[in-house]
Amino acid sequence: MTPSGSIGRRLTVLLACVAALLSVLSWSMVSSFARQAAERTQDNILAASATTIAEALRSEGDEIRLELPYAAFSMLGAISQDRVFYHVDVDGQTLTGYSDLAPDLETPAPGQISFGTVTYRQATLRMVSITRVVLAGADPVPVTVSVAQTRDGISAIATDLSRTAALLCVAFFVLAVVLSAFVARSSLNQLTTVAEAVARRGPSDLRPLRDRAPTELAPLIQSLNRFIDRLGTSLRRSEEFITEAAHRVRTPLATVRAQAEVALHSARGDEEKGRLRRMIRAIDESSRSAGQLLDHATVAFRADSLAHDAIDLAVIARTVTSALEPTAEMKDIAIELASETVIVRGDGVLLESALRNVVDNAIKYSSPDTTVRIGVSADGAQAQVRVVDEGPGLGAGPFDRFTERFHRGDNAEGVVGSGLGLTIANEVLVAHGGHIVLAQNEEGRGACVTLCLPLASGLA
Amino acid sequence: MRHVMFAIGVWLGLTASGLSALEIEERKRYPGTSDAILRILSTADLAAFEPIILRFQTERPDIAIDYVVASSADVFAAIKDGEDFDLVISSAMDLQFQLANDGLAKPYISDATSALPTWARWRDLVFAFTSEPAVTVISTARFAGLRLPTTRQELIAVLRENPERFAGAIGTYDVRVSGLGYLFATQEARSSDAFWRLSEVMGRLNPQLYCCSGQMIDDVSQGRLAIAYNVLGSYAAQRLEAPEAQGMQILELEDYANVMLRTALIASTSDAEAAAGAFLDVLLREGLREDRGQWVLPPLRSQADDDALSFGPIRLGPALMVYLDPLNRRAFVESWESAMEQQN
Repeated sequence: MTPSGSIGRRLTVLLACVAALLSVLSWSMVSSFARQAAERTQDNILAASATTIAEALRSEGDEIRLELPYAAFSMLGAISQDRVFYHVDVDGQTLTGYSDLAPDLETPAPGQISFGTVTYRQATLRMVSITRVVLAGADPVPVTVSVAQTRDGISAIATDLSRTAALLCVAFFVLAVVLSAFVARSSLNQLTTVAEAVARRGPSDLRPLRDRAPTELAPLIQSLNRFIDRLGTSLRRSEEFITEAAHRVRTPLATVRAQAEVALHSARGDEEKGRLRRMIRAIDESSRSAGQLLDHATVAFRADSLAHDAIDLAVIARTVTSALEPTAEMKDIAIELASETVIVRGDGVLLESALRNVVDNAIKYSSPDTTVRIGVSADGAQAQVRVVDEGPGLGAGPFDRFTERFHRGDNAEGVVGSGLGLTIANEVLVAHGGHIVLAQNEEGRGACVTLCLPLASGLA
Repeated sequence: MRHVMFAIGVWLGLTASGLSALEIEERKRYPGTSDAILRILSTADLAAFEPIILRFQTERPDIAIDYVVASSADVFAAIKDGEDFDLVISSAMDLQFQLANDGLAKPYISDATSALPTWARWRDLVFAFTSEPAVTVISTARFAGLRLPTTRQELIAVLRENPERFAGAIGTYDVRVSGLGYLFATQEARSSDAFWRLSEVMGRLNPQLYCCSGQMIDDVSQGRLAIAYNVLGSYAAQRLEAPEAQGMQILELEDYANVMLRTALIASTSDAEAAAGAFLDVLLREGLREDRGQWVLPPLRSQADDDALSFGPIRLGPALMVYLDPLNRRAFVESWESAMEQQN
């Protein structure tokens, strides 16, 4: 399965994008507020300055007099180093100041303050104008005081605040990314929990999942449970099929063999007897092969869902011995069993089939008037079943090849066999966490096959 | 009244033309090894300024210097009318400020300008390189037998009680002529009411009015004046070191002292900014030096210990424009004249 990206990463990236968007938005808002606040501050100071100047206007006779108050200008220099321009206009005539300062700006009504942004001497100025009516002699004359200042100071303040805000927003963004990663991970933990619950299960555990899971995972768990259910059904069906097939094949073969035996007894000519013996041998071979194939299928199926029953290997050994004694007697082969109670955990049917195949092999390859010895013992944490024969042995070369499917020894000519025996035994032992050891018989000719299994813990 | 209007015209350049004829007091060319020439328009005497010019030329022998000395009002008017100078040096910080405010200065930034304290520069346009207090110089002989006043109140009392001794022997700036005198007078009037009372007292004693510190100190040393009020501390200190200055001393007035910043700016018409900047750097390094060197102009700091000076120098800011306003100037000069010219 190739992963199509990570939900966690995608979630983190999406949350980070949201955080970035919010950071940029809040930065631009803070920046614009900072600029507005700075501009308003400047407007207020300019208004205060213009008002202070307007308050200093007075009339002497017909003449309007003005002494610029020191504070009016010193307050403008208090905060920033901005250029300052001013103009005092009496009824269209310049009283003092820069006479060419924004002449077309509309003069405010008396008592009103007007604000404007003008360009003067290549500089952008914020200008405040205020009009006051002063009595010159008998006539009321409107006097407009304008004070203007460059905006470098507030730009510097706004830029400074904007930079601070940018730093803060970047910090918030980084924090948000870290938190997003954390949130994504902790949300996905629920998924991991379900995955672990499935992974923890034994091979034969086909019960539906009952763990508590978030709503979003309910469909997944339902599908999984339905799948487990179908799998269980399908497995049960194959088991039934295998059992059915075993019966269907073995029973007719047994009937055919019995009929052949009867025919052999009533046969007269040596030629006819010979043909019937060859027939019986062929039927035996087929029956054996069918049995082994079914054994092998049973092992493949049962090993996938291995039982963990407490099994006494001595009992297994006795069963196998008594089952195979008739076959051995036919070849004048003795079976000696030396057993003690050794308990392992596993599938009794499989273990029996494994031992039967090994002993069967031993009998098959042994010469008449020899002995096959079976020993069951415990050695440390390991249970051992040793099968020793006095046959031709395993020959030269690596012994591993005997456990390969359908492989037979170099010296097996003329002996009935499918080559599945040791393969089945090996698969059963591997499924039980054990292994098979093939060796030459230490006490002379013949082979020694040892089945090693871990002892059942807690059970003597 | 005519001369007052004349001054207004010069100072603010509000009248059209014909007033830009620069009255050069001194001029000297210092040749350089290349064609580059730096034209400096300054209020500082050549005698006082020559050492710094020579120092600059040891660093940059390639730049020739044309040094022109004029009064602060003429310096202002010349730059206002667009005369071709690169570096403008003046003791009238208000006029320098006005030039920068009106866009006639070029910004300049260097390590030296960044090292200046914020009160010593304005918008990277105007740079202060000395801070100089206004002091009072007296003739020791004329004060014989009197207790030396330590505040302006005491000075007023001494003058009042001894009219025969001081009549016609008090010198101070003619604020109508001297830009520096006007700056000192307006700042003093702003900070203390003692100024007007002192002016009243002086006015009754037939004061002698001067254009420049140098002449006032000369007259004190020659016995023509008993007291020279508001002269530049740097000039006074320089003169007092000379051997013929036996009969003079600086009167320590402890109540307050005005401190003026001598400033420089690069004219907006300058086409030799690099040379002007290099000269400015030399000036500023000189102003920021820690030890009292051989140069006659005082450094920018190192006077902070003096109580009377702890108010700090006159602030370089838009408030300087207040007294440059023609209406304010007219009002101030009228008050000053009525105080000072009671017997005329």
